[in-house]
Amino acid sequence: MPSLKDYRDRIASVKSTRKITSAMKMVAASKLKKAQSQAEASQPYATAMAEMLARVAASLPADFAGPKLLVGTGADQTHLLIVVSSDRGLCGGFNGNLARRVKKEVVALKEAGKTVKIICAGRKVYDVLKLEFAKDILKTYTGIGQKGRIDFSSAREITDFVLAQFEDGAFDVCTLMYNEFKNVLTQTPTAQQLIPFKMPEAAASEAQDKTVAGPVAPYGFEPEESVILGQLLPRNLGVQLFRALLDSAAGEQAARMTAMDNATRNAGDMINNLSIQYNRARQAFITKELIEIISGAEAV
Amino acid sequence: MTDAALKTFSFKLVSPEKILMDEPAVQVVVPGEEGDLGVLKGHSPFVVTVRPGVVSITKEDGAEAHKIFIAGGFADISSENCTILAEEAIAVSELKQDDLEKKLADLKEDLGMVSGDHDKKRVENAIKVVKAKLSAVTGHLHA
Repeated sequence: MPSLKDYRDRIASVKSTRKITSAMKMVAASKLKKAQSQAEASQPYATAMAEMLARVAASLPADFAGPKLLVGTGADQTHLLIVVSSDRGLCGGFNGNLARRVKKEVVALKEAGKTVKIICAGRKVYDVLKLEFAKDILKTYTGIGQKGRIDFSSAREITDFVLAQFEDGAFDVCTLMYNEFKNVLTQTPTAQQLIPFKMPEAAASEAQDKTVAGPVAPYGFEPEESVILGQLLPRNLGVQLFRALLDSAAGEQAARMTAMDNATRNAGDMINNLSIQYNRARQAFITKELIEIISGAEAV
Repeated sequence: MTDAALKTFSFKLVSPEKILMDEPAVQVVVPGEEGDLGVLKGHSPFVVTVRPGVVSITKEDGAEAHKIFIAGGFADISSENCTILAEEAIAVSELKQDDLEKKLADLKEDLGMVSGDHDKKRVENAIKVVKAKLSAVTGHLHA
């Protein structure tokens, strides 16, 4: 049976753990706020870009085939997965869920006879994936958002690499996998196809509504539509990726906040249990001493 | 409504990270890929690509135009709105000629060292942007 001192030590250690987890929770909460406001600030650009894409696409001549980024290479043999995770752990099932989803995807693709290539943004999922698919991982980016905010240049760097690979014909289909930030409590692993790009239908029809209701004059383009489209699509790739990075960063902090909140509560429960056991042991000890004294006195 | 308010339209300069500018303007000169465009209220709807260069914005107070350097992007123009999407934007007054010249020299050095088409293209693009910045500062072209 543990001694009184053992109990005291354990209570002290759980208490200090609780302090750490509750501090981490608060830090995560404030970082979450920052990440959310950054995600909000990036909205207008993404919206404007989507509107412009829809507008350009709507006025393309019907017989125009479109650049490869839009229509694809015509094959779907080689798949490139861009996986966005976090660099740090202690955020509940955030990275684990994503890793499981990615693994399932990779296995399914391989069973269908496809070749799979992976780009990892964030160390955690890389750590898991390298155990099984080390030879499929093309590149890993870490340290994104280390300075407390995510720069567009990080997204740019990855996009440049992806586009270069695409031009070399290294893959046919590119899918982005990340944790979508639904709300503070839920982040769902999501797959979004980037190449060939699927025009979000809601945005397209919305832009069409606007052009019908808005100015009568048709849009002019300079240079012509197809050239603009050719320039918009690579940029759009960067925007989509940037959005995923921001979503993932906000999701990471939210997941960490929830996880640390749970840990703090568990530590509190544990302290309560330990205190009860400690008191019981202390009383047992006192009773034992009393019995010894009384029986000693009776023996005299 | 005052006379000036009648002539203004809403001008937005947006970067991927945030909205850099959102205010009414009287005239905006956009450096389009195929030539500069002066945008006034009631401009016909237009989508143009923007080359690295200076956007100058005249506000309703009629004061001196604001000059902002952007490293290329897109502009969406309609009769009431003008939205510029730029990945990088900086006020011309914040550009330093010395720094830029040094950077240009560094980049030219890099160009000699890199191999591979993609890297070369990337450095060449960077050089184009720095050159455009230099011409924005000095006011004359850098070939």
